[in-house]
Amino acid sequence: MAKKLPSTDVVVVGLGWAGSIIANELADTGLNIIGFERGPWRDTARDFNVASAADELRYNRRQELMLRTRQNTCTMRNNASETALPLRSWGSFHPGNGTGGAGNHWAGIAFRFQPHEFRLHSYLTERYGKELPAELTLQDWGTDWEEMEPHYAAFDRLAGVSGKAGNIKGTLIDGGNPFEGPRSAEYPNPPTLQTYAPTLFAEAARNFGYKPFPVPSALVSQPYTNSLGVKMGPCTYCGFCTNYGCANYSKASAITTVLPALIRKPNFKAVTNAEVLKVVMDSTGTKATGVIYADANGEQFEQPAELVVVAAFIFENVRLMLLSGVGTPYDPVTNTGTTGRNYAYQTANNVRLFFDDKNFNPFIGGGAIGMGIDEFNNDNFDHSGLGFMGGGSTRVTPIGAAPIDSRPMPPGSPTWGKGWKQATVKNYLSSMSIGCEASSYSVRANYLSLDPTYSDPHGRPLLRITFDFPDNDRKMAKYCIGKVAEIAKSMNPREIVVSSQQGHWDSRPYQSSHIVGGFIMGANPGTSSVNKHLQVWGVPNLFVVGSSAFPQNPGYNPTGTVCALAFKAADAIRSRYLKRPGEMIPV
Amino acid sequence: MIEKPAKGVTRRQLLLSSATTVAMGAAATAKAATIAGTPQWVPFDHNGPLHYDTPGWQYFTDEQAREVEAIVEQLIPADELSVSGKDAGCAVFIDRQLAGEYGTFARLYQEGPFQPGTAMQGDQSPLNPRQRYTLGLAGLTKYCQANFKKPFSGLGAEQRDATLAGLEKGTIALDGIDSPLFFQQVLGNTMEGFFADPIYGGNRDMVSWKLIGFPGARYDYRDYIGLHNQKLDLVPLSIVGSSAWTQKG
Repeated sequence: MAKKLPSTDVVVVGLGWAGSIIANELADTGLNIIGFERGPWRDTARDFNVASAADELRYNRRQELMLRTRQNTCTMRNNASETALPLRSWGSFHPGNGTGGAGNHWAGIAFRFQPHEFRLHSYLTERYGKELPAELTLQDWGTDWEEMEPHYAAFDRLAGVSGKAGNIKGTLIDGGNPFEGPRSAEYPNPPTLQTYAPTLFAEAARNFGYKPFPVPSALVSQPYTNSLGVKMGPCTYCGFCTNYGCANYSKASAITTVLPALIRKPNFKAVTNAEVLKVVMDSTGTKATGVIYADANGEQFEQPAELVVVAAFIFENVRLMLLSGVGTPYDPVTNTGTTGRNYAYQTANNVRLFFDDKNFNPFIGGGAIGMGIDEFNNDNFDHSGLGFMGGGSTRVTPIGAAPIDSRPMPPGSPTWGKGWKQATVKNYLSSMSIGCEASSYSVRANYLSLDPTYSDPHGRPLLRITFDFPDNDRKMAKYCIGKVAEIAKSMNPREIVVSSQQGHWDSRPYQSSHIVGGFIMGANPGTSSVNKHLQVWGVPNLFVVGSSAFPQNPGYNPTGTVCALAFKAADAIRSRYLKRPGEMIPV
Repeated sequence: MIEKPAKGVTRRQLLLSSATTVAMGAAATAKAATIAGTPQWVPFDHNGPLHYDTPGWQYFTDEQAREVEAIVEQLIPADELSVSGKDAGCAVFIDRQLAGEYGTFARLYQEGPFQPGTAMQGDQSPLNPRQRYTLGLAGLTKYCQANFKKPFSGLGAEQRDATLAGLEKGTIALDGIDSPLFFQQVLGNTMEGFFADPIYGGNRDMVSWKLIGFPGARYDYRDYIGLHNQKLDLVPLSIVGSSAWTQKG
């Protein structure tokens, strides 16, 4: 029996990007807020000391910052005819743990989605009609660009995003991304410096008539004081970035941009090493009364609250809703129910180039240091007659080259022995890669549910992923990577290796942590779980925020949009919900 | 204030490491901690990597160590480019990893039922790294004794290569463990030992980093990022520090 604690105004589940942003915005109203985090408190000075942060074995191989699968994992299968089995170690994606969440070890690529994404189904139907592949279950988000832009701008100022605007209030600007939605203002910081590989790529892309731009980076290019008064230091291009915490206060995360201000507010406290087991609902199922959590010893507590905000990683958002009985579980056979619906991923493709006459010094870089083009992303090109929808962000972002994992060599090279050593030395400094991080569109067969067999240490079912890449996405991947390969060939390498997502989803190699859907936003309670304010349909005092709200995934990294949605939800709570608490916000 | 039930290992303790400090690090646990106000910061409070220069084998028996050394010097042979995996400390690295939490997969989900799945579902073996080495080395010795009347370490280079290739392809079966599973376990750990920071016992004298031109645990390339297509010849640096720092004069 859980020990009942004194009630509080607001409970926030998860102190990564989304939870920290919302808790901080709501703390300004004077409400008493408790933030729960299943992992430890993390702090740059103590956890990411410059003397020991550059440790590939610890952070990359042993996954120090990631959720330990012993604590919680998922099961996976490619289709409903298979038996799902647990992911015993992380491969395909890297859920985080501790304050800052996956935002501590992210790459820092801070794209916004494009205006048409928020009404994707309507937009593509208007433009292509019956050419829209029947397998796709794309949906509109129930919001639009005008509503989203101020919240993207708020995130830019919080994270100090570095880049070059391509479109300010409708005026196109050379050097930026001409395909981005109209911005209200220039990026808060100028672009970062670039290494050789992205520079070379941008030159080749320009020769094709494409418009290369600096990848928007949450690794700040210069000293920056953010919108909360928190100071960040310039990125030093150390190459220990993706999968690592930043020791320089350069990579924006909740622990470098929000929590230093939030934790000092007297009406906020963080409870760490505390795993929320469920959201407690009243007998009518229309009101959340608080949460039950367990500390690291397994002792359980009930924390009552007037308002509950669930802002964990996507998997835990969806699992908590299934475990708490919020919404109807999605059934792919009847295509009914909403919890678990429209689960999607990101389609990863790349072309690797091997040169004889170049030295890229690949150890210099960072997760978001690079140049990209958007000519083959989303609907930036005409899809008439192509037989697919979507596209990808093409870019060169050298993240660093710590050598346990980063030793590129052509296929067929020996994996050990004398020949292996020669191939390793020959290619280490002289290889580069062009990535194409492409869209992942939802289909009926891909969904999230509770696993019938495997459970976590608390005896709760693990979340089960049923996912494979749709035909649409495989066709898209093949087309887009062909375009990328043309650019690669023009750079005259000795050899190129083209990889596009053609087979089944494989849980083993890392692809991206860009996992979306399962508790999606929309205008219709029959096909979505939350409204455009991230408020759960039929449960007015419960908000669920994260990439779980995306109805599908465009060819961009999701973090900027997760954070914009967090600002959006916080704004709706502050300016509207609190005026009429306990009621659905009119949409 | 932070209520911290267990304090981390300090850097000073790490640099003076012993088996005791390793055990402390592994045993660190935490109940729920409530944090509010100004977070506490204690000098040298960060929980750095464990340090592995304790003499002797921590997990392997002498016989197991001899066989592992023979394998890693075959996977990474000595040649004009570098010393062997054995002389780079790969077996010591593996021994220390197996002795620590990695050896039992203490952080990983190990609940049953265990059943083979599709390739896409990943490693579903119920065996942890310690068990993989113990079973694999015993199976390898049995195979080599039956076929060559010698342990693996007694074989010549050609027989060693042929045996390892047979394990990799699965054409040689071992008692007690899937031979490719064992081979990939050893190969993966050998590469970790060769390329990881020397603080873990392998990559002695940063041999692999010098081999490929990786400058190691450096943390600031602002002066170098603009030097495109140039060989930088930076002297690598380990988390342990640089011997240059302690030179006199």
